[in-house]
Amino acid sequence: MSEPLLEVRNVTMKFGGVTAIDDLSFKVEKGQIYGLIGPNGAGKTTIFNIITGNYLPTEGQILFDGQDITGTKPHKVVDKGIARTFQNIRLFKSMTVLENVLIGFHDRIRYSYLEAILRFPRFHTYERRIRAEAMGLLEEFGIASFADTNATALSYGNQRKVEIARALATQPRLLLLDEPAAGMNPIETEDLSRIIHKIKADYDLTVLLIEHDMKFVNAMCDRVTVLDYGEKIFEGPPAEAIVDERVISAYLGEFSNA
Amino acid sequence: MRNAIIKLLLIIAAVLLIGWANRHYDSYTLSILNNIGIFAILALSYNLINGVTGQFSLEPNGFVAIGAYFTALFLLPADAKTDMFALVDPAPLVLSMHAGFIPAVISGGIAAMFIALLLSFPVFRVRGDYLAIVTLGFGFIIRIFALNNPAYTNGAMGLNDIPSTADFLWIGITALITFVVMLHIVYSRYGRAMKAVRDDEDAATAMGINTFKIKTIAFMTSAFFEGVGGGLLASFLTTITPDQFSFLLTFQLLIIIVLGGLGSMSGTLLATILVMGSMEWLRFLDDDMVIFGWHTGAHPGMRMVVFSILLIIMMLFARKGLFGDKELPELLREKFRKKGEQ
Repeated sequence: MSEPLLEVRNVTMKFGGVTAIDDLSFKVEKGQIYGLIGPNGAGKTTIFNIITGNYLPTEGQILFDGQDITGTKPHKVVDKGIARTFQNIRLFKSMTVLENVLIGFHDRIRYSYLEAILRFPRFHTYERRIRAEAMGLLEEFGIASFADTNATALSYGNQRKVEIARALATQPRLLLLDEPAAGMNPIETEDLSRIIHKIKADYDLTVLLIEHDMKFVNAMCDRVTVLDYGEKIFEGPPAEAIVDERVISAYLGEFSNA
Repeated sequence: MRNAIIKLLLIIAAVLLIGWANRHYDSYTLSILNNIGIFAILALSYNLINGVTGQFSLEPNGFVAIGAYFTALFLLPADAKTDMFALVDPAPLVLSMHAGFIPAVISGGIAAMFIALLLSFPVFRVRGDYLAIVTLGFGFIIRIFALNNPAYTNGAMGLNDIPSTADFLWIGITALITFVVMLHIVYSRYGRAMKAVRDDEDAATAMGINTFKIKTIAFMTSAFFEGVGGGLLASFLTTITPDQFSFLLTFQLLIIIVLGGLGSMSGTLLATILVMGSMEWLRFLDDDMVIFGWHTGAHPGMRMVVFSILLIIMMLFARKGLFGDKELPELLREKFRKKGEQ
């Protein structure tokens, strides 16, 4: 068994009187595709927001690569190697596809404000390099021909790809995908799972994803945690999750005998 | 490489044009051009924080006042200050201030920039329109400070006989520098981050952008150029009073950047020329006019009525301003591409 890249340790999150996450623990191992599933309002996105530093958990810790990152500011979490996408796609709407991906390179560019204003050679070197890299990413996703198109003019599936490409540009080790297949048709979903498998191999990534589509989860994930009302009700391989009684009742409700 | 050469040629052409205009135009035309130049500096830098970074701020009048007063106090010789300060004697600090034209103008910019840094700590830690409220209040505070501290500012009487070093050569070239600097910022990782903050702050943070830092950088840059513009204004007008830096100044700049298109530097430049120019070109409307033999009679202020109507019409047909958030070359490229596809 390899060591965990991400460990969520006894995390509790309370919003006023509401307990959104209740004493949740799980480990994501290096190279895994790990699924986080559960009905609406189970606290899946809340966990993402805690991992990325947007929320400070009431109790518990987040460990990344053995290091405690609880309470780290969101932009610093990205530096550590965690990138995310959003449930409802959040591209920069005034920018082109290429510019959106260039934003992902922000922290990897090392020219200063003055160097940018005075257009020092370093500026041109970096800009040329990241533009080539960004175009490479777009090619990998098959959307290079849209580079100069406004990002919001793309189809839903392609916007998803831009968002993932943008997250990859930050050079993450852990990629958090919040419902990547939501709103996609079966062909787009298949295309997406192929891409996720490919980038996982190419970039040596670990993936933690939230998803509702059980077929997608079954095909993608090595291991899943099922949440219901902030509590873990199942952990294990996805094939076992779909036959687990508690999981079924969480999704469909209890069968009444009446 | 080709782009760099084109850019260099354009800059040289602009400098030559400014130099030529400075020699050949009469003082009336030059005063209009100077006004346009100064307002271009102010509007371009205002557009960086308001348009590009999307932080609704109402600060220019405060920073322009700081720049103007700093520059004026540095430019005036000590004995001129002693003569001028009628209410109370000038403070020793004021008397000891003296510098050449360039350091005087830059000191105004640096002072404004420093105050922007101080303001950004409380303001950018929270989200929302706090910046607008704080900067609006800040403008009033500066004005009231200037009115009530005659030892530093000569109170309501203001400062007179400021050496008028700023001719169109200075003002035009500073405006050109501001324009180029703003474009260089917009087309760099900093400009991209500013736009990202405007479009979606959460997504920007998720890309590793320190949004507080980016907003502060934009705000300080904006303040620096507004201070410099204020310094040039002081030297160009040779006299300043606190009432010149009322909210009306900010409002005028707001009209310019909204008309030009929030986020578009070339749009702002064009809008400055249109707004500041039409204030002059529409002057004939104030006078008595003969329309088909009918005398309208002189109506002072008529040009403002017409000007406002023109503004409303423009905003009805171009909701996002003249150029939207794009620069002129981008717009042209889009046009040509569309033509090519047809």
